[in-house]
Amino acid sequence: MTAMLDTVLVALILSNFVLLGSSRLSSCIRTAALQGIMAGLLPLATAGAGLSLRIVALGLAVVALKGFVFPHLLNRALRESATSREVQPFVGYTPSLLAGLLALAASFWLDGRLALPTHSASSILVPVSFSLMFTGIFLLVARRTAVNQVLGYIVLENGIYAFSLAVVRDIPFLVELGVLMDMFVAVFVMGIAIYRINSEFDHIDSDRLSTLKG
Amino acid sequence: MIPALLALSILTFAASAPVLAMLRRNPRAASRLGPATAVAGCIPGIVAAILTLAGAGPASATASWSVPSGGLSIGMDALSALFAIPVLIVSALAAIYSRGYLRHAESEGRSTAPFWAWYDLLAGGMLLVTVARNALLFLLGWEVMALASFLLVMFDAHDPRVRRAGWIYLVATHIGTACILGLFAILGHAGSLEFDRLALPAAFPAGIAFVLAFVGFGTKAGFVPLHVWLPEAHPAAPSGVSAVMSGVMIKTGIYGLLRFLMILGTPPAWWGWVLLAAGVTSGVVGVLSALAQHDLKRLLAYHSVENIGIIAIGLGLGLLGISLGIPAMAFLGFAGGLLHVVNHAVFKSLLFMGAGSVLERTGTRDIDHLGGLSKRMPATSLCFMTGSMAICGLPPFNGFLSELLIYLAAFAGLSATAARVPAGSTAGLLATGGLALIGGLALACFTKAFGTVFLGEPRTPHAAGAREVDASMRTPMIILAAACLCIGLAGPAAAPVIGPVVDSVLAGFGCTVSTGTAHDALGALSAASVASAAILLLAASVFAARSAILRNRRTSTAPTWGCGFASPAPSMQYTASSFADPIVGLFGAIVRRRRRFEEPAGLFPASTEFSTDTPDVYQEKLYKPVFSAFERAFSGFRVIQHGRLNLYVLYIAAALFALLLWKL
Repeated sequence: MTAMLDTVLVALILSNFVLLGSSRLSSCIRTAALQGIMAGLLPLATAGAGLSLRIVALGLAVVALKGFVFPHLLNRALRESATSREVQPFVGYTPSLLAGLLALAASFWLDGRLALPTHSASSILVPVSFSLMFTGIFLLVARRTAVNQVLGYIVLENGIYAFSLAVVRDIPFLVELGVLMDMFVAVFVMGIAIYRINSEFDHIDSDRLSTLKG
Repeated sequence: MIPALLALSILTFAASAPVLAMLRRNPRAASRLGPATAVAGCIPGIVAAILTLAGAGPASATASWSVPSGGLSIGMDALSALFAIPVLIVSALAAIYSRGYLRHAESEGRSTAPFWAWYDLLAGGMLLVTVARNALLFLLGWEVMALASFLLVMFDAHDPRVRRAGWIYLVATHIGTACILGLFAILGHAGSLEFDRLALPAAFPAGIAFVLAFVGFGTKAGFVPLHVWLPEAHPAAPSGVSAVMSGVMIKTGIYGLLRFLMILGTPPAWWGWVLLAAGVTSGVVGVLSALAQHDLKRLLAYHSVENIGIIAIGLGLGLLGISLGIPAMAFLGFAGGLLHVVNHAVFKSLLFMGAGSVLERTGTRDIDHLGGLSKRMPATSLCFMTGSMAICGLPPFNGFLSELLIYLAAFAGLSATAARVPAGSTAGLLATGGLALIGGLALACFTKAFGTVFLGEPRTPHAAGAREVDASMRTPMIILAAACLCIGLAGPAAAPVIGPVVDSVLAGFGCTVSTGTAHDALGALSAASVASAAILLLAASVFAARSAILRNRRTSTAPTWGCGFASPAPSMQYTASSFADPIVGLFGAIVRRRRRFEEPAGLFPASTEFSTDTPDVYQEKLYKPVFSAFERAFSGFRVIQHGRLNLYVLYIAAALFALLLWKL
């Protein structure tokens, strides 16, 4: 069981690097979808013998939303906005990858310093969750298009989800539903916002929104 | 009984404001209900104040309030009553006046419902300020008053000049509030904000608290150089609101200053000197700036600065009397200052209503575009003349009495010298000289204003076509003009009213005065009233003699200042600027007048132009540089406020990481 869990975790780390290094928006959306599916499978992997119907239902809901609904919405926004398919980074791909590496190192260091009381089967669940959060924040800050910022937000949320899984172990059902609901609304609103920004300004470059300030 | 009446009054205002605000779509109902609720709200408060002054004594009531260190404590003593009466009477009369004044706006299809909602809140806020007995409740009233008056100033906000004036007022009033907050934080260090438990912390320098109170309340009152908002906001507001703001709202600053100085304890001499100096400066700068104005309402606003100066001279002499040990100066100074508060409320609201009537009928506030209105608007003209004479301190009107009392206070300081204190004579000389200069200049200014607006021949078609205003605007002015005369003639009756108030103030400062002083003051007031009555009688007999001589004789009329010319034209008349020019030129060091003069050139000059304007020296030379420096300093922060969302996220993330690492 631990081997399977570790495989998923390593795959999550790798997906981070793919997100940081890929230049095409559509491939970023696909990678984020894959990462969402893996995050959704995490509770099934950590639960082990205590697998219950509730955990399965929760995992499936996460998989369905992050793996299929969000990517679909984002793809539609991308299609309708007829925008550039490029990521258009503020920070280049190689520096981004280096930053991802640094974030991973920092995550392991932070895990060592914090010494959190984990209930996890795997010792690397907490550092991986930190790494997801850092990557998410990095994507939020270092990417230009609004779609990419939505992806950064999703990655950040994956990290929070994994972290709560490691520390709390048994996620209260309502809390998790609440988080998912937040996510859903966030993506929905951002999708609409992207559509609106596009129809008003002929682009979804959030950098160029700074001309709106007073 | 008295707290219940006060609560009824405040609740009437508070309850009617939201109702009126909802009547936006029904302007007819709003224009009826608005003045009705304003007057109805004022009546219980007036009754309570009169009962208090008639001998019912101080009364207060407290109810609990869930706000931390707040309490619904209201009460009324002689001082509160003295301020509440003019506040409420002027508010009620100005409400009746505004009903007529706003018809013009209504005919343009603008709803007056918001106006009346803010008006009720303004009146309620002012009453709450005068009766609150808890610092938090006081602040609540203070802010309601400030915001409601700001919104009323902004009634004509489609005009950019009005918006500018409104923002200046909002900034000024909140600088004052900031100082008052600081004062309350110091006084309420023990945890309770009830007035009777407020006290300075042990070993805390009282001077800091005094400066905070002086700046905080002085901004509202309009002491120079804190006065810059008055000449902006008062002309911009609708005239009924100008009457309330200039007549009574700025007096809440005087009330607050007095109330909190009493809490600060026995005043050192320098507090008195500061007030006296501020008074003389405000008076002289105010009246000189007024003299140089062309805008009738701006002129009146500067006269408010001047009269606040006169009040401050009285209060300064009073404080000096206490600290130098000259009880007669203390009693007379406070009596004069406080009586002038009432008197100024009466004649300044009268003058603003008069100016408003002129504005409403001619559409202009520029004095040099008016003229000859006394034939066209006789009632307004007579009322404005009454107010002008009262504000100049001429008998037989009320301004004379209060200025006389302040003069007597100054003389008391002078005559006390030989025996004890040379400082008293310095103060007395300063006050006497200042008051004399102010009085003379005020007379010149109102000769200019009344003469140019109401006498002579109309200078423009607007003035030529003016008609008398209707009854709802005329009646409040006539009532106020009658009040000017009645107070002026009722000197002996004023003493028993003002005496207990002054006694309570002096007791608040821990000073007692022998009844002999009060008796002397009464004697002076009686003599003044007799003299006033004699002047009236003389004037009446001269008028009767004139009528008797002219009876059965042929009289002919000719245009004013026709001077025997074949075809006299209105442009031959003196303008307001030319009338004031010698005096303004004489005081060029205090008021800076800008002239624009395009000289006639060549043998057949085509066009020439001459104009003057007088910007406020303090605004130009003090506030503009300071505020631009602030703007420059803070514009550095625009570097981090660049509008890039992702960098904002970076700020947040960096702050969170820093916190995490700090606690690690």
